[in-house]
Amino acid sequence: MEWEVVIGLEIHAQLATKSKIFSGASTQYGADANTQACAVDLGLPGVLPVFNEEALRMAVKFGLAIDAEIGKKSVFDRKNYFYPDLPKGYQTTQLHHPIVGIGHIDIELDNGETKRINVTRAHLEEDAGKSVHEGFEGMSGIDLNRAGTPLIEIVSEPEMRSAKEAAAYFRKMHSIVTYLGICDGDLSQGSMRCDCNVSLRPKGQQEFGTRTEIKNVNSFRNVERAIEAEIARQMDILEDGGRILQETRLYDADKNETRGMRSKEVANDYRYFPCPDLLPILIEDNYIEAVRETLPELPDAKRHRFVKDHGLSATDAAVLAADRELAHYFETAAKLVNDYKLAANWVQGDVSATLNRLEISIGQLPVSAEQLGRILLLIKDSTLNNGGAKEVFNALVALGEAGKADSSVEKVDALVDSMGLKQVSDTGAIEAIVAEVLANNPKLVEGYLATPVEKRGKAMGPFIGLTRKAAAGVNPQVVMEVLKQKLEELG
Amino acid sequence: MALDQDQVRNIAELCRLQIDDSQIADYQKNLSSILDLVNQLAAANTDGVEPMAHPLDAVQRLRADLVTEDNQREHFQQIAPATDQGYYLVPRVVE
Repeated sequence: MEWEVVIGLEIHAQLATKSKIFSGASTQYGADANTQACAVDLGLPGVLPVFNEEALRMAVKFGLAIDAEIGKKSVFDRKNYFYPDLPKGYQTTQLHHPIVGIGHIDIELDNGETKRINVTRAHLEEDAGKSVHEGFEGMSGIDLNRAGTPLIEIVSEPEMRSAKEAAAYFRKMHSIVTYLGICDGDLSQGSMRCDCNVSLRPKGQQEFGTRTEIKNVNSFRNVERAIEAEIARQMDILEDGGRILQETRLYDADKNETRGMRSKEVANDYRYFPCPDLLPILIEDNYIEAVRETLPELPDAKRHRFVKDHGLSATDAAVLAADRELAHYFETAAKLVNDYKLAANWVQGDVSATLNRLEISIGQLPVSAEQLGRILLLIKDSTLNNGGAKEVFNALVALGEAGKADSSVEKVDALVDSMGLKQVSDTGAIEAIVAEVLANNPKLVEGYLATPVEKRGKAMGPFIGLTRKAAAGVNPQVVMEVLKQKLEELG
Repeated sequence: MALDQDQVRNIAELCRLQIDDSQIADYQKNLSSILDLVNQLAAANTDGVEPMAHPLDAVQRLRADLVTEDNQREHFQQIAPATDQGYYLVPRVVE
């Protein structure tokens, strides 16, 4: 039978506030266990939560970025369950009145088409703590530093039809929240996590099949792989005439398979009710408009501008616009040299290769955007040839690796001088060198003159090589011209 | 509204309360009468009444995004039954 895959994602993104959603404890990642968990986060008796205005502003900003309706009245609810990393016995979240209503984003498919994915809602809530199961002799250790970190949970409509689409959606959301500066997007630190709801149905059937939920997938690659694995598992069961159990599953990346989580003895019953400790949040239109004013250019708009105004290919534009930092780096360099294509080639070539090799982000690259712009400018005015430019670039990277990074533009020029990379473009000087080369190689000249005119282009090669050997850094274009002229004079 | 015994057991489980089988009949009676009391509200006509999120007619105040709390781990952990290396210890939980 032909099956249709139905996927919906719930993405949790930690908001990049300095303090927690309801307390003044720090949200800084990586601190010693429980040094950033205050009385409110611990749920001690007698404390009251007070809502963080920045968390509200960020959530509204997100809503506007995905063209969603903003909940002018939103309400916090308590979701009750017991787990050691949730000291209050409930999670403060939003059930009936979320801050962000229906919105949408567009994803790009492999065939170059765009597909719109609707977002059902996004709500504010608090993160839980972390459990550590190793190193405590039969006990679990609880670190509540993360408890109370603000999250927005972004719920999509079940509109994705393949693992690839789901991964593209996750990537696009990542791109949007990092562009907005509301989430640092660091997947390795759990700043963004994704629950994947997956089901299959016979092609053409309206009704959804039974779904399973894969919890806490934390990389782009794993979203795709986990969903692929789950699709294959469900298909096997259905093809054999079995039925899918609605359950929560975990993805094991090492084995590339999903497995059911031990089901709880009692079905979840969260007994939601409005949180009596928090009053409703009312937002005025002028607040929303003020937030709208702060929206940056978003990835889609940037991508289109790169294509339309600067003639980049759709693929180049997509790669360069996806990451805000990278886009900013690229654009800074491109503006300095006023050649977007040249800058695009370098950023996707030497720059990206260096980032991959050193496993660093663009912000950590020892070559500043201004320096790259300067290097490219020196290529444009023929001071450097491509090889020389690469040498300067690599020298800057090496300085950084040696802990002696110098991000000044002057350093580029200093390196060009000290490494003797400046091309000789002065025609008079090159004429003298060429004359010497021709005088020293009469046999080659003879051979050249014996070559039929139409094949002389190729026969010029050895002269170019000899000239460049005689004087490193000569501008090959000028050498060509001078050689051509001199050889023609000889016959 | 009368609760049956399984519902009482389920409620106890959800609340993590350990109750004896001998106590169930009592809880059943008491909880049911509490529900009956609250259920009188169902008789009120609420057509056109917007559900109330909070009894106070007020709006949530916001705080500035500032770190105002110091590390008081030593202090807080004095009342914890067991701690190690700064962690609160609980019976092992594994998913």
